[in-house]
Amino acid sequence: MSAVSVVPALASFGVEQELGAASCTHCGLPVPRARQRAGEAEQFCCDGCVTVHSLLAQGGLLDYYQERERVAPEAKAATVSDRSYSDFDDAAFRELYCRKLSGDFVSAELFLEGVHCAACVWLVERLPRLLPGVAESRLDITRQVAHITWDDRQLSLSRVAKTLDSLGYAPHARAGQGPSAEHTRQRRTLLGKLAVAGAAAGNAMLMAFALYGGMFANMERQYLELFRWGSLLMAVPAVFWSGSVFHRGAWAALRTRTPHMDLPVSLGILTGFGWGAYNTWRGHGEIYFDTITVLIFLLLVGRWIQSKQHQSARDAAELLHALAPSTARLCEGGEVREVPAATLPAGALIEVRAGEHVAADGKVESGSSSVDSSLLTGETRPEAVGPGSAVHAGCINLSSALRVRVEKSGANTRVGQLTKRMEEAALRRAPIVKLADRLSGQFVIGVLIAAAVTLAIWSFVEPSRAIDTAVALLVVTCPCALGMATPLAVSVALGRAARRGILVKGGDALEQLAEPGLFVFDKTGTLTNGTLSLIRWQGDDELWPLVRAAEAHSAHPIALAFQRAFQNEPDAEASYVEQTTGGGLVAHVAGKTLVIGSEAYVRSRAQIPAWVEAAISEQARAALTPVLIASDGVVRALAGLGDPIREDAGQSLRALRAMGHKVGILSGDHPGVVQAVAAELGVPLEFARGGVTPEEKLAFVEGARAGRRVFMVGDGINDAAALSAASVGIAVHGGAEASLAAADVFLRRAGVAPVVELARGAKRTLHVIRRGLGFSLLYNGVGVGLALAGVLNPLIAAILMPLSSLTVITSSFRSKTFEGESS
Amino acid sequence: MSVIFLVLPLAVLFSIGAVAVFLWAVRHGQFDDLKTPALRILQDDRTEARSSLRRASRR
Repeated sequence: MSAVSVVPALASFGVEQELGAASCTHCGLPVPRARQRAGEAEQFCCDGCVTVHSLLAQGGLLDYYQERERVAPEAKAATVSDRSYSDFDDAAFRELYCRKLSGDFVSAELFLEGVHCAACVWLVERLPRLLPGVAESRLDITRQVAHITWDDRQLSLSRVAKTLDSLGYAPHARAGQGPSAEHTRQRRTLLGKLAVAGAAAGNAMLMAFALYGGMFANMERQYLELFRWGSLLMAVPAVFWSGSVFHRGAWAALRTRTPHMDLPVSLGILTGFGWGAYNTWRGHGEIYFDTITVLIFLLLVGRWIQSKQHQSARDAAELLHALAPSTARLCEGGEVREVPAATLPAGALIEVRAGEHVAADGKVESGSSSVDSSLLTGETRPEAVGPGSAVHAGCINLSSALRVRVEKSGANTRVGQLTKRMEEAALRRAPIVKLADRLSGQFVIGVLIAAAVTLAIWSFVEPSRAIDTAVALLVVTCPCALGMATPLAVSVALGRAARRGILVKGGDALEQLAEPGLFVFDKTGTLTNGTLSLIRWQGDDELWPLVRAAEAHSAHPIALAFQRAFQNEPDAEASYVEQTTGGGLVAHVAGKTLVIGSEAYVRSRAQIPAWVEAAISEQARAALTPVLIASDGVVRALAGLGDPIREDAGQSLRALRAMGHKVGILSGDHPGVVQAVAAELGVPLEFARGGVTPEEKLAFVEGARAGRRVFMVGDGINDAAALSAASVGIAVHGGAEASLAAADVFLRRAGVAPVVELARGAKRTLHVIRRGLGFSLLYNGVGVGLALAGVLNPLIAAILMPLSSLTVITSSFRSKTFEGESS
Repeated sequence: MSVIFLVLPLAVLFSIGAVAVFLWAVRHGQFDDLKTPALRILQDDRTEARSSLRRASRR
């Protein structure tokens, strides 16, 4: 087992420090003192950054830094893993994920972690320069998917994958062609229909202008006929091909007797077209082709915007599919064979070789190795496992083969549950769209009644105009603005929020956040700075230089706090350091054996005198995290580390409460500390819990959801399941890739203030949506009135409709849902 | 004015042609990713890179 583990940089905790003046040449973040090498021009904060930089230098790609400067993304250290990616070379894998091209070329699509900016595009697309044998490398940054073509004779996919990993972009297999090919087809068809509708609308409108001109000055018969038939021809593809989207929906709604927006739309379009066609054929009477085609076009634009929003939610679910393995090696009666991972029965024994993903949740039966559970916990530090340890599906086995007794497989694994929940979320129709659907039921009835009334009235007054008037009414009351108002308002709000560093996945998150609910905050890193500082020291001062030496190589927040506190102590070297994730460390310094860690960690390794026990409770009351320092078997000192609460936390929580939300805290930290923080922030004690495990967090969120909305705010590490179970999961700064996928909102800016901004913005967005709906109904009312009065003619309809759409569009775009400068 | 009987159908034909080209582009996936090409355009084309890229893009 290696003495010092590879640690990711601390930027995710937002740490500021003044440890000597060195900044990492690769990521620009501060370099821990112990890693500084005197006299060298280039300094690096971690092994990951060293790897990436040397790779770039080797490949002659140092221009990367210039590209990155142009884009100026957030500084983040490179995360490079130990994986060998040997499973990428398996025949079964290639069968599923690779495509053979002409000659010896093969192509594959890989999902890449960590590609978020233009400089990453630059780098990934220059892979051919770094790795001869790669013919082409193209990145789709929105979906984070790289399409790579390589020469099979020269290279193996595992080598390609390893290189990408060394650049800091861990690749995963794309879960393949099936569902996404279908979605692509649907999306492309919609775009095609949109284009046809647009072309038809443009042409029909031009011809209509001619006809309107002819309304005021006499037009000769043959030209009238030309333009009328011309508009009819233009309308045909629009109504029957582009419009089929609505007709199919309307038919389905009729059959199942459920209200749906497509009903009034389809009704208006078909009636308008039918009557217009009849009038064109018989040579006189009103035609509405221009209004209808523009209607179809605008409604399809609304549909298009909606489909793009659904797309990003679906992409996130696909990511988790890609990360969960599909096959496993089952050990049965002495032989090993490959079976689909989802079919593993509980109690089965599977073999997981080094470099492979664990295929199911279970306990290690034999073998010792280290596992990378970053998928679920965000910790890229490898965790040692041995017989009896629990492992989860999706984790990567790093060093040697393991045999695991399966407990849960397929959809029941943690990853499987997460994926399922995310898929459900993606399929959920946004509640605000449901509102529009409900409205449409009453709407259709209202419109039909109005049409019937018009027919009746006019049959008495002037029968020749009766049908004309009724049709005019049906056409003008078509819910064009209604269909556009919502997706447009949501789309604009999402765009604005993104510019403020608030990335929201879908409109339904905004709709949920607009109503009062319970905000559950994680403590460390969310409500607090995440920067630990040494506040109090009780015990032997002589240990200071020794503690400094022991903690010098770590980038853990606790280690940094010690490094800062003891900067001026004389130098010493630790001959041996061994860290345990989430527990503490053991070190040999100056002939002594030091054990430094949490109460639980130290208790099993050293004696704890009575005065220390008393001091621990006292510190917890003061909201300090106790860290015990034992020397040669006995605890000789107790350090109290404090994590200052963020300045904007108190104010933000007050603001949230003022909006009608309730606030709670769930944290894995010491209960005493959590309670002290709660007291300071005004959170009622029954809503503040400490010492909570990820499973307990999930249970709490699920329980609290009964009867009210729960909004979970966490830094993503260990919170993925709870985030996904909440009504809205909000991931703060620095989360694991899977947590980013599981959360509905991601806040780029540190601090609690963005949460308040999000809540306010959501409320305003809902207001804008309602306003848009109001405007549309107003226009429809006016239209009905004019139609009933017999005043409506195609010209007026042609003016009313774009006017209503324009009002709704302007209302959406000019609304200040998320204000402030771009961040 | 009777030229309109020639010109109008001609204009419609152009329109159909444009739509056809658009549908072709859609079918060939040109509208699948609108964000990355926008980023790519802004990248500097350094001369030694140009030739190797040209080689790489030929399949």
